[in-house]
Amino acid sequence: MLVGLEHYLILSTILFAIGLYGALSKRNAIVILMSIEIMLVAVSIALVAFSRYIVPLALTGQVFVIFIMVVAAAEAAVGLAIIIAIYRGYETIDATKINLMKW
Amino acid sequence: MGVAIAFWILAIVSVAAALAVVLLRDIFRAALALILCFLTIAGLYVTLSADFLAAVQVLIYVGAIAILIILAIMLTREVQRGGLSNKLQLPVVVVVVLLLGALIYTMVSTPWAVSTAMPLVPTTPILAGKLFGEGGFILVVEMAAVLLLVAILGAIVLVREK
Repeated sequence: MLVGLEHYLILSTILFAIGLYGALSKRNAIVILMSIEIMLVAVSIALVAFSRYIVPLALTGQVFVIFIMVVAAAEAAVGLAIIIAIYRGYETIDATKINLMKW
Repeated sequence: MGVAIAFWILAIVSVAAALAVVLLRDIFRAALALILCFLTIAGLYVTLSADFLAAVQVLIYVGAIAILIILAIMLTREVQRGGLSNKLQLPVVVVVVLLLGALIYTMVSTPWAVSTAMPLVPTTPILAGKLFGEGGFILVVEMAAVLLLVAILGAIVLVREK
């Protein structure tokens, strides 16, 4: 069975849905960050697949994926720093108990 | 044919690893499953003839981001309580399944203008030309550099002892 553009798009959608489920339903803040990384990677797969099958001579999608990786690295560094700072103050990283800014 | 077999193996392993990340109770094992997911996705980039991206995926995601996450897990000591869900689990499952169905329906029913040209291999010199060459993405490259600098400074300020 020949693998085409749709296969990669459906795989990226499934990974994105798994990441969205984790990001919305988990209590541990680190698991939420890991789910967000899965979502970013899923979008990267879709971009590379579009770049490969629709404009194989332009490679623009691969350039976008490089910038997504830059943003993901920055997001992971700042997000984990925030989690460690919260853990110092609250002794927990349960996202349902960090409710200082919730009314 | 070989590419198709590789795609199916990598796809099944990556989906299983992603499910393990969100379903395992032990958060440390979830982080290891996340590393497996990143590695299989590097393999998927190879099947898409994106060789430079595959190498960068292993370097940045497996080498840097996964290590950062494991370090944060070690520092926060809530290893056994990673799998707990909040009260919204059922509505979230419904919303995610609806979104998945809508996206897959859209992607399958859209007539994509698939090109038959062979992909360019190796991609590294072409990507370098795109990033740094005339009429390329050089402004975005410099903005990315500034973003990384800001992120490093922000992380240092956030975790510094008062």
